[in-house]
Amino acid sequence: MTPDLPTIWDWLDQVPDPEIPVISVVDLGIVRDVAWQGDTLEVAVTPTYSGCPATSVIAMDIETALYDRGIRNVRIKTQIAPPWTTDWLSDKGRAKLADYGIAPPSPAGGPDACPRCGGTHLTRISQFGSTPCKAHWRCDDCLEPFDYFKCI
Amino acid sequence: MTDQSALFEYLLRLGDNTLVLGHRVSEWCGHAPVLEEDIALANTALDLIGQTQMWLGLAGEVEGSGRSADDLAMHRDVWDFRNLLLVEQPNGDFGQTLMRQCLFDAFHLELLTDLTRASDDRIAAIAAKALKEVTYHLDRSSETVIGLGDGTEESHRRMQTALDLLWPYVGEMFTPDAVDLAMHAAGIAPDLTALRTRFDTRIDAILTEATLTKPDSTYAQSGGKTGFRHSEHLGHMLTQMQWLQRAYPGATW
Repeated sequence: MTPDLPTIWDWLDQVPDPEIPVISVVDLGIVRDVAWQGDTLEVAVTPTYSGCPATSVIAMDIETALYDRGIRNVRIKTQIAPPWTTDWLSDKGRAKLADYGIAPPSPAGGPDACPRCGGTHLTRISQFGSTPCKAHWRCDDCLEPFDYFKCI
Repeated sequence: MTDQSALFEYLLRLGDNTLVLGHRVSEWCGHAPVLEEDIALANTALDLIGQTQMWLGLAGEVEGSGRSADDLAMHRDVWDFRNLLLVEQPNGDFGQTLMRQCLFDAFHLELLTDLTRASDDRIAAIAAKALKEVTYHLDRSSETVIGLGDGTEESHRRMQTALDLLWPYVGEMFTPDAVDLAMHAAGIAPDLTALRTRFDTRIDAILTEATLTKPDSTYAQSGGKTGFRHSEHLGHMLTQMQWLQRAYPGATW
């Protein structure tokens, strides 16, 4: 029996992002489309950043997860337009990021509050962080550094 | 020159610019003055190499001889490269690296903005993707140029020296040749004269805030994007970048 699309989306929502495993690839908004083409499942994935090294790992993780559920023919299609935006992060994903200690993206261009203590006196240390999608900030209330998920 | 061969040449220019600059910037990995800057440089390099994969991937597709992005990056020698002379210039000190970055970013941002409206959807899509990253690059490089230019006596001196050294490489970005004109006529590439006006507005504002003096010269080096005459630096860089494929042709992971 061919699994229906909502079931497949649910499975994909259990595939963790390799760099930030508390959120799924669906939370991240990079799975753009899932469709059956005959007996092949086509999954459209968009990269976060052009050079993000996690992209190929994500494609492999998606294929493996679907294979484990019995889907033998999977085709991963890279789709770059429209370009990925942090607006596609799910609300669930944003909440999980904050719980994990990564401030979620904010249209203001910087974090709203320290993910550890909730402090609002914040200083940017570097526009770039430990992965292409993050910047490095410090909370001047609790003095802890933290990652901020860049808004693009 | 047919449209297809002009398109191939044009895509090589886009991809070789990001490849050569990406490699240059990556040379800082593990050597930058502070950890945060090391990470910032590595991330910038990563974005540029990612963009290279898309541009050279498309170039290979347009060429139609089965060459992949990797083939184009690793199996061509100096005379086949079509990057601007600016991006192959050595890193020098940190200030020189950031000045080179800022001059290129300001050009790159304006170019990609126009390419998002290209008549070729594939080019427009790559440009839209890259533009987001490059906006961020220019934010950082311009802030750093301003901070160091309007910094200490020493940092100011170094930034002015870097600007004087690199300025003769700016003109090439805006001097159209047959490929640029053919691509402009095809509704793909922008009019480089209009682009120069926007670049000047941007760069003038940055340099003024950085308390730096723009050299009073329009002399422009040329020969990079046509491949006619690269500077001696590119060949040395390629011996590093391509050494593995030169020593073990066709090796894969």
